[in-house]
Amino acid sequence: MAENETQTSPKEPLVKRVVHSIQRDPLPPEDDRGRMRIVMNNLFLHIHPTKTPKASLKFTYTFGLGGLLLLLASVLAITGVLLIFVYTPSPDAAYDSMIALQTEVYFGNLIRNLHHWAGNLMVVVAVLHLLRVFYTAAFSSPREFNWVMGVGMLLIVIAANFTGYLLPWDQLAYWAVTVGISLLDYVPLIGEPITRLLLGGSEVGAATLTNFYALHIAVIPLTLFGIASFHIWRVRKDKITVPRKISEEADQARVTTIPHLVSIEFVFALVWIALLLLWASFVNAPLEEAANPALSPNPAKAAWYFMGFQELLLHFHPVFGAIVIPGMGLLALLAIPYLDRDMDSVGVWFRSENGRWASLLSANLGVIGAFAFVLLDEYWLDLPGWLPFLPSYISNGWIPLAGLLLILIGFYEGMKALKATDCEARQALFTLLFSAFVTLTFIGIFFRGEGMAFVLPF
Amino acid sequence: MSKEKVSRRDFVNIAWGVMGAAALAELSFVGLKFLSPRVTEGEFGGEFNLGPYEDFPVGSVTPVEAGRFYLVRLEDGGLLAIYRRCTHLGCAVPFDQASGQFVCPCHGSVFTNEGEVLNQPAPRPLDLFALSINDAGEIVVDTGAPIERDHTSPEDIVYV
Repeated sequence: MAENETQTSPKEPLVKRVVHSIQRDPLPPEDDRGRMRIVMNNLFLHIHPTKTPKASLKFTYTFGLGGLLLLLASVLAITGVLLIFVYTPSPDAAYDSMIALQTEVYFGNLIRNLHHWAGNLMVVVAVLHLLRVFYTAAFSSPREFNWVMGVGMLLIVIAANFTGYLLPWDQLAYWAVTVGISLLDYVPLIGEPITRLLLGGSEVGAATLTNFYALHIAVIPLTLFGIASFHIWRVRKDKITVPRKISEEADQARVTTIPHLVSIEFVFALVWIALLLLWASFVNAPLEEAANPALSPNPAKAAWYFMGFQELLLHFHPVFGAIVIPGMGLLALLAIPYLDRDMDSVGVWFRSENGRWASLLSANLGVIGAFAFVLLDEYWLDLPGWLPFLPSYISNGWIPLAGLLLILIGFYEGMKALKATDCEARQALFTLLFSAFVTLTFIGIFFRGEGMAFVLPF
Repeated sequence: MSKEKVSRRDFVNIAWGVMGAAALAELSFVGLKFLSPRVTEGEFGGEFNLGPYEDFPVGSVTPVEAGRFYLVRLEDGGLLAIYRRCTHLGCAVPFDQASGQFVCPCHGSVFTNEGEVLNQPAPRPLDLFALSINDAGEIVVDTGAPIERDHTSPEDIVYV
């Protein structure tokens, strides 16, 4: 039936036939059948199912975070392609193209600001999207692998930001990338060759800029596009999760995607485009003086999303601060959906009433704990000094790591003793670690002054 | 192994797998080789002739910008060429003339004028470059490969 209706009839006038050959379904669609058919047949709309659960449309369930990521990726692609026309990826010319963007190119500053802020916002929104999925248990079977892809894309978004960070070739870019890439150097065996390959030598230089440029404009966007397509396709195949109250069954009643979902998305996108344009019109992306490989600024900080790791590095032996602890965190993050089997809580915020209290408590404990740990280590704790006979990877690595793990196991068992289920205890543990990590990031950004000494920001 | 019979189907599958793996390995090798860093002669990485050693007063630390190292002349006249890259996270370590120490601005590592770690987080002393004195009494520093060391030792120091 659909076959017949999409065929053009030779009896129509030519103009109508041309239009009809491009847009096969009648616009506007007149009934629900027509609306569903457009969603199914349209290249852009077909990422949606033809009908959507009414309850999932509630804004405070998804907050539109996945859609916002798609919008930001589109803004980044468009502004990025524009920037390619102005930018020259060589140490002699890169900084000059930044100056040209600011002074000569029409709307150069606006396009660069849009690209810069959309890129940074994307990291934040990706993390928020992860949190939303985590706290509504939307990763439960059969959606485990979509969570894994999501975590993978978060890493790729960070890689996109990191490679883009170098391109302005100013002091900020040069030293943030030097510090960031030196973290990789500590990976046993493969770290050094990978670092050399990425840098194209032993220090950040012309070859590094070429490599990062290629990664930033070709490799990373294409990879992201591929995985994102798979991710979104899976969301449609597995169907979106439906929010519900703890005691109730999910309300599976569905409405047509046009107009119910599409109109929300349209308005949402317009609001965000307006916000981005406003922000980019008034707040300039930072640009410091041209890169000087002889002069490290004091303090030299990595990009803001790496400040949590840089803060860890101040307290742990580098192998532990840069590799062991983040590696364990990443593995745990990937394993979460495969462990989570003892509760059916898909669509329930924080899983249960208990889960809400436990999460709130853990979030606060994470902030307090991270601050207490940083202050203790800054002013009192000095394991390498107390145990001078031990090598630093034991006194400043294994011992504090063991202490940390003991605290976390104690916390987990404590939660269980308070009658939390495995699920709720894991959620509390995740909340504790996430809030501690965010706190460390904030400390790194705002509480570190000259020589990375602890200072108050106010 | 010799007793077990491999069916025709299994053999063909294994053969396909082996050939596929070989093809993948070859392509990866080509890709990695293509992307591997190129070495440029005559820049940082070559030899530096700094002239007669008498030009550097005893107890001084002189930065050599192009070579990315410091020429250190110790109180007892010994010589060291110290790579300026911090062993912690790669920052350029400036020499603080007032305190006579290398103080890294990035993460607060402090080194003696011989490169020994005074204050962590740096995990090992500053790297060295090979330093020699030629027949004319001139200092020659080879910046080809930094020499990593777990701890400082008197054998690092070159005397005239």
